Amino acid sequence: MRTATVLAVLLIVLIAVTMIASGIGPYSISPLDVARAVLRRLSGGSDRGTVDTIVFNIRLPRVVAAAFVGAALAAAGAAYQSLFRNPLVSPDILGVSTGAGLGAVVGILVGLPVVFIQLMGFAGGLLTVTVVVVLARSLRGGSDILVLVLAGIVVGALAGAAISLVKVLADPYDQLPAITFWLLGSLAGVKANDIAATIPVVLLGLAPLILLRWRIGVLSLGDDEARALGVEVSRLRAIVIVAATLVTASVVAISGVIGWVGLMVPHMARLLVGPRFDRLLPASILLGAAFMIAVDTLARSAARIEIPLGVLTAVIGGPIFVWLLAHNRRKLLP
Amino acid sequence: MTLLAARNLSIGYGQTEIANGIDLSIDPGSVTCLLGPNGIGKTTLFKTLLGLIPPLAGKVEIDGQDLSGLDQQTVARQIAYVPQAQATEFAYSVLDLVVMGRTAHLGAFSAPRAADYAMAMTALRRLGIDALAERDSTRISGGQRQLVLIARALAQQTRIIVMDEPTASLDLGNRILVLNTIRKLAEDDLAVVLSTHEPEHAFVVADRVAILAADGFLSGPVETVMTAGELSRLYRVGLIVEKTPSGRFVVGPA
Repeated sequence: MRTATVLAVLLIVLIAVTMIASGIGPYSISPLDVARAVLRRLSGGSDRGTVDTIVFNIRLPRVVAAAFVGAALAAAGAAYQSLFRNPLVSPDILGVSTGAGLGAVVGILVGLPVVFIQLMGFAGGLLTVTVVVVLARSLRGGSDILVLVLAGIVVGALAGAAISLVKVLADPYDQLPAITFWLLGSLAGVKANDIAATIPVVLLGLAPLILLRWRIGVLSLGDDEARALGVEVSRLRAIVIVAATLVTASVVAISGVIGWVGLMVPHMARLLVGPRFDRLLPASILLGAAFMIAVDTLARSAARIEIPLGVLTAVIGGPIFVWLLAHNRRKLLP
Repeated sequence: MTLLAARNLSIGYGQTEIANGIDLSIDPGSVTCLLGPNGIGKTTLFKTLLGLIPPLAGKVEIDGQDLSGLDQQTVARQIAYVPQAQATEFAYSVLDLVVMGRTAHLGAFSAPRAADYAMAMTALRRLGIDALAERDSTRISGGQRQLVLIARALAQQTRIIVMDEPTASLDLGNRILVLNTIRKLAEDDLAVVLSTHEPEHAFVVADRVAILAADGFLSGPVETVMTAGELSRLYRVGLIVEKTPSGRFVVGPA
């Protein structure tokens, strides 16, 4: 009952943030005008004037992209925190972000078009997590959380070293700035058709997490207890890893590497709705979307240059996280 | 009619055998007490009975069906596990923790409904801890947490409950409450298997006793197994069994 109220409020906040963010920029539009334009478009009306052009062609695609990036990272983070029974885990624990980063910077180094750089990022993320899981399996049956995390650290470190090597090899005037910008995360270059390609993949990855929400929550009790309660632990864990990797890799491919969101947003959501995963997941999705829209709006409007998203999420996320820990120690850390 | 049976079971992890030659048959409406020194493999035996780890040899049968051929959800509808109480990472409320016992009865994509919460509350009431329902399960005492885990096993509505040292962290009052509850569960035709370090508890609740010792496995009715000789051999100190004038059995040093 209370959870439903919280989720309704978060949904209203998300809609409000969307309208406000779509109005902010060099050409200022009031949130009400944005809402009117959206409603007109939804009811089948035709485009009218500058406001519509700016809202639908420039602002809204980027806002929607930010919403999906935030929702995907927060959902993957919440799922991994339950899976690894550790509230201090983020979506890139198995190296998906570093792997995606390596794929993309290699794409930039060899001068591929943007679409292929994104595909390389996506493939790099998937490939890295596959290597991590296969490595963990060959080491010890693959059912051991610790081995998975260690394999993730090792493969992630290798991918990180490879990224450094690519940076050294890259043209310092042309390629290096693009690589650096990509590794810090940005939605500046995102296009409507990128978003159209990403949304189905994100939804495909979120669907199993939403459907299996109760069982994923039971997984947080530990392998033995979850199995004794009737959960097929190995199969469920495989599904969660594939789903979380899919959503993370697909958004990293369009936004670059953005830290902190997947770690911090589930914590904020946990304060609102408690630790139960079936409640935490929808709250994280809504909160992650709203948070990312706000951060991306700041990134494009706070200064005369685009501020990298990874920088902003760290600057905003770090202090918020410390505050959360200091004021809610009891709730967050047992 | 045997509900849970171990047939020439050999238990352990990977290549390491911990114990072998375990034969056990557990009937509905009975309490079986497992005794054994620390580190002998009581928890390993329980995990094998629950299908959490595969037997190295022999087999476990539930209702005559080989456990290795059953999926986890089917097993969880037959046999519930009460682990030794330890805190989780996440601060679930007591009711949320107990309602997780309903998981085996839910569809793969479902969450518990009102009826499941009602069953969880019934289980809490049966143990007299319904007042804890909204409390944070990481902020209650070890004894209360043990009772909560028993409530979760009751909410699971199985015919067999396996309890790993359910009285270990309880005070005298809660210990008696848990032992009485176990007796009542057996009267309701459940089969209960528990391990304990208190031989006297076996006299109080058990119909049968199983002993897992370094020199082998032994099981039988309480009066034939719980002799001074067997207990002395098990714990490697001289022990005597005395009957008090009120009819209770007391185990003490010889």
